[in-house]
Amino acid sequence: MCQQQKLYLAPVIVLFLFSLAFAQKKDSCSECHSQFEGPLGDPVQMMKTDIHKAKGLSCMDCHGGDASLDDATMAMDPRKGFIARPKPANVPAFCGKCHSNADFIKKFNPAQRIDQESEFLTSVHGKLLKSGDQKVATCISCHGNHGVRAVADPRSPVYATNVAETCSKCHAKAEYMEGYKIPHDQYEKYKNSVHAKALYERQDRSAPTCNSCHGNHGAAPPGVSSIANVCGQCHVRQSTLFQAGPHKSVFDAMGIGECIQCHNNHEILAPHDDMIGGGEKSTCTSCHVEGDAGFTTATRIRARLEDLVLANSRALDILNRAERAGMQVSKAKFDLGESRDSLTNARVLIHSFSYGEVEKVIKPGLDIALNSYQAGENAMNELGFRRKGLAVSLFFILFLAGLVYLKIRQIESKPK
Amino acid sequence: MNPDISHPTGKADSLKQWLDDRLGIGEIFHLVQKKEVPVHRHEIWYYFGGMTLFLFMVQVFTGILLLLYYRPSAENAFESVQFIMTEVQFGWLIRSIHSWSANLMIATLFIHLFSVFFLKAYRSPRELTWVSGVLLLFIALGFGFSGYLLPWNQLAFFATKVGTDIAGVVPFVGEFMLRFLRGGEDVTGATLTRFFGFHVAVLPALTTALIGFHLLLVQKQGMSVPPSLEGKPVKTMKFFPNFLLRDLIGWILAIGVLAALSAIFPWELGEKADPFAPAPAGIRPEWYFLFMFQTLKLIPAKIWIFDGEVIGVLVFAVGGLFLFLVPFIDRPGKSGKSKTSSALTIAGILVVLFIVGMTIYGYLD
Amino acid sequence: MEKELNRRRRFLNYLLGTGAGATLVAIFYPVLKFLIPPEVTEAIQNSVVAGKVNEIGANTGKIFKFGNKPGLIVRTTSGNLKAFSATCTHLDCIVQYRPESADIWCACHNGRYDLSGQNVGGPPPRPLDEYQVNVRGDDIIVTKG
Repeated sequence: MCQQQKLYLAPVIVLFLFSLAFAQKKDSCSECHSQFEGPLGDPVQMMKTDIHKAKGLSCMDCHGGDASLDDATMAMDPRKGFIARPKPANVPAFCGKCHSNADFIKKFNPAQRIDQESEFLTSVHGKLLKSGDQKVATCISCHGNHGVRAVADPRSPVYATNVAETCSKCHAKAEYMEGYKIPHDQYEKYKNSVHAKALYERQDRSAPTCNSCHGNHGAAPPGVSSIANVCGQCHVRQSTLFQAGPHKSVFDAMGIGECIQCHNNHEILAPHDDMIGGGEKSTCTSCHVEGDAGFTTATRIRARLEDLVLANSRALDILNRAERAGMQVSKAKFDLGESRDSLTNARVLIHSFSYGEVEKVIKPGLDIALNSYQAGENAMNELGFRRKGLAVSLFFILFLAGLVYLKIRQIESKPK
Repeated sequence: MNPDISHPTGKADSLKQWLDDRLGIGEIFHLVQKKEVPVHRHEIWYYFGGMTLFLFMVQVFTGILLLLYYRPSAENAFESVQFIMTEVQFGWLIRSIHSWSANLMIATLFIHLFSVFFLKAYRSPRELTWVSGVLLLFIALGFGFSGYLLPWNQLAFFATKVGTDIAGVVPFVGEFMLRFLRGGEDVTGATLTRFFGFHVAVLPALTTALIGFHLLLVQKQGMSVPPSLEGKPVKTMKFFPNFLLRDLIGWILAIGVLAALSAIFPWELGEKADPFAPAPAGIRPEWYFLFMFQTLKLIPAKIWIFDGEVIGVLVFAVGGLFLFLVPFIDRPGKSGKSKTSSALTIAGILVVLFIVGMTIYGYLD
Repeated sequence: MEKELNRRRRFLNYLLGTGAGATLVAIFYPVLKFLIPPEVTEAIQNSVVAGKVNEIGANTGKIFKFGNKPGLIVRTTSGNLKAFSATCTHLDCIVQYRPESADIWCACHNGRYDLSGQNVGGPPPRPLDEYQVNVRGDDIIVTKG
């Protein structure tokens, strides 16, 4: 009895489920566009890897219209909210429809920010866009349109290691940037920088790329007087020392970019000791001249740095030699680490531009280096002691050999 | 002549008598006393066999000492050698002597081989002495090759890689040999353990047996006299004590030389092997493999349709085989002097020139 | 004459004995020394005594020697002992414990790590390596994982 009732229901349930599935699957956009080749068909292909599609959104959710209708004109009726292709000026709002809507975004990612659109409007890109420039970057210039990937996806154009290349698509093109009064060699220069080396060669994804200093959605060049703040995001001590030092107010008054005056902006190379002092490669001499107080301080600091570098390498050299010869110098090598520390520290303290501050760490560093050198020398003397031991044993050995020789002569002279 | 032995008196002598009754020392002593060594202008070459034996003893002795601290694994090997060099008292000396003595032993071994070759001391009935000697040479090279890897430093690691690669090009058995030597596809910790086993167990056992055999034959057949002196009256001296005392001077001086080399040029440790580091510049095998290494480098990649390297390796293999056959090729003719014999001498000179030339070229390259 | 020869022979034998003895001493002195186990018995130091339990109070840190490299042992405010490699992951300076902010700090470039070794500020690209800490009697024993 019971069994029969169920059997009777079965076709009804199947039919119901089928119609439900059909109603949900109905996507006339993809059905139709997948038959095209070229620009009309590409979006269907590209959407296959799109994060929006993965989260369950469809064409309609961005472009509007009605995908349940088979008739193209009716499905893409502007009265049903259909937007074929937003103009650049409208892109931020187009994306912002969802991305600026906290209630909506929350459903997908509660931690996701929703200020990208408003931040964009404060950027140079956003301001120019507002003034009617159609060439500037909008959301899709960097993120792509169909085929958008999560920022954390290494294939995304805005993944840390891809950012610079993405920006360079416009900013490195001379003819494209014509009329904007900014250079177009930033990418080329950045690629030489110590930051690019850290990012690409050491795969250190915390190393800065374009957006780390310029911002991403709110991209703009940092103002001259806020450069130390920007660099200070990572280089905290140098920034603090600089801002408390004598140069800050002078640089700001002269309109000179703080850190970048000596370190460059895009082509920031690994710093070296030649940058300070009175030499040819010194950056101090672009303002200071021989005889003034700054020049004197710079040369004095430089001389002390050189002392420490030399003491360090001398100590390391003798310790290495002793170690290769099989002497135990691990303690001295361990101690020498502290002297290397002082050197790194002193190089940071340069940013106080005070001889006294730098000397405070150089002095103890030098003492340690000298002690380590002494330890190395002692080890080498110990080697000398081995040679003395050798001389003593060689004496006995040769003496014995001579005696055996005499013994042979004695034995062989006997028959005579 | 020796009153101690002929008139046993006192406690020490009765002990001697007791031992003699059981071990037959007197008989052995008698044999040794009977042994005579020819005296002539080529006599100097007789000392190199004994010198090689002495250096081998030094190897055994220092090798056993090193075993007290050495650890045969990729994680520990380098550190344990470093430990020997820096922490263990006189560790630097023992290790340096082991390394220096190994090299000197190979050198005296080569000298011994070529002196026997050119003086034609291998001729009937000494064929087996020669064959066992050549076997000992190859074993010594095996000692050198396996021991070179044990400190597990960068240079040794890559030299072993290249060396085993060469074994791998031998047709048919190459792949098996490569895997057998390396204990896997690549030079790893497994290779180190394997080489350690060869170095301290397999090779020493073989060597001991072969040296015993070699010495037994030398004792049985006596010293050979070069062909130029055959049939002429030759002065002799007693092996004991005259010759042995001369040997002793050489050995004492060898100890001095080893100590001096070790103290003045201590064997370096290098850097720990890193299998993922790019091969360092100047990878070079030990000097006694250098002539082969250099030759293989010079052979063109393709000779007609054959792989140049395969040809090179095969030529060396055939050369090695040929070395065994020397006494069977050079049989003294009825007239005493045969054409094959002079041809062999000329071939030998060419081989020596080739080896010396290639070694020097290898160092300059 | 015969007597003179005998006297010489005895003298030579005496010298030979002494020379051989001295040479044997020269050979076996290093050998015996070699046999004596050195103070440090392990070739690789996988663990080390970093200090005494009572020498490190709460909210302090101490640098110790771990082989050739510096290590840092920290007792947190709650009394837990933690040990890290003291080599900054940025440019190899030696880091230190900062009681006032209860973090690990590198003076060279102001790199900061939290008390689980994670890099939380400044330029360090990676966390510090953490070691295991065990207390055996009075000794704090630090072991590489």
